[in-house]
Amino acid sequence: MKWIRLKYTKWYNILKNGIAHNNPIVVAVLGICSALAVSNKVENAIAMGLGVTFVVMASSSVVSLIRNFIPPKVRMVTYMVIISTFVIAVQMFLAAYFPAINKALGAYVGLIITNCIVMGRAEAFAVKNPVRYSLLDGFASGMGYTFVLVVVSLVREVLAFGTIWNIQVLPTTFPNWVVMTLAPGGFFVVGIFIWIIREWIHYYEV
Amino acid sequence: MNLFDLFISSILNNNIALTFILGMCPLIAISTNVKNAKGMGLAVVFVVTITGIVNYPIYQLLKATNTENLALLVFIITIAATVQFLEMFLDKYFPKIYNAFGIFLPLITVNCVVLAVSLFFVNRNYTFLETATFSFASSLGWMMAIVLVAGVREKMAVISDVPRGLAGKGIVFIVLGILSLAFMGFTGLSF
Repeated sequence: MKWIRLKYTKWYNILKNGIAHNNPIVVAVLGICSALAVSNKVENAIAMGLGVTFVVMASSSVVSLIRNFIPPKVRMVTYMVIISTFVIAVQMFLAAYFPAINKALGAYVGLIITNCIVMGRAEAFAVKNPVRYSLLDGFASGMGYTFVLVVVSLVREVLAFGTIWNIQVLPTTFPNWVVMTLAPGGFFVVGIFIWIIREWIHYYEV
Repeated sequence: MNLFDLFISSILNNNIALTFILGMCPLIAISTNVKNAKGMGLAVVFVVTITGIVNYPIYQLLKATNTENLALLVFIITIAATVQFLEMFLDKYFPKIYNAFGIFLPLITVNCVVLAVSLFFVNRNYTFLETATFSFASSLGWMMAIVLVAGVREKMAVISDVPRGLAGKGIVFIVLGILSLAFMGFTGLSF
């Protein structure tokens, strides 16, 4: 009985919207740059996804904490400063503990700042809602983003290197599709992924 | 590095939109017709060139005081301030240009091309002249990409029958994929 009622709670709906019906990449087509650029290997995708999830959660909760003090005119710059503070933290964390991943991601870690998902969640949700919901909403959006990144990177890594998480899964005679590591592979895989998900949730643009 | 070489390679074989996949959000959102694409492209060229030139001395200052860690924070503030300043300056002295840019100018703050150009010159240790050339050429390359996509989309809206799940933004990815495949043909081009 309790599980049925769970479906109608605000918590459940925020989570469901973030991951499926309002997935930032599939439905809103936001945050594409980093999604395409770092999804050529599963480890990069997971690092980037978790980094973005952390930044969205942290910045959303800070924005919603001070939402009554931010003057509307300078709110964009305020978000920027808050977001870039957390991004610097992520960058230094990666540089200290995962130097190899930090090198593979390169400038794209810094570009989390301009990831529209972070800014979009701050502007669309966090300024109007209390801290606990903003935190959850940030988590849901971040997870929706990570989910897409991991699925896309699975396809790309298998086809490009024949490996998953650097473990050989295809026979070594399999010809590597070099194009999958490069930009065109990313565009095609994400395009087809969006197509499949949109058919599944029946979301059509006219 | 030869400046002319850098200029051509930033536009063609290292196109910032089609090779480094940057600035996708505005590229997908605003490429529905060529006129808007041109407006957005020009505004980006304008802002990227100026912020590249402004950020270079600021980064040297940070380097001199050993605070490179703050580069991200400082760059994003410089960019926001430059965009705001340009908006006010154009509004006051060149209202015609201001009206032509319209809504595109404020949108640029969140365009990752602007920040990426500043981060790239740091990563690649460019000199001042190289930074200026690189900023101008990459933004020109971005403008070319958005105008090309807009041209394809304009034609596509009239004559092609796109599957309903891909309609709208989905098909843009396929278009971009084919375009970037075409741009791979420039790989290795140098003078």
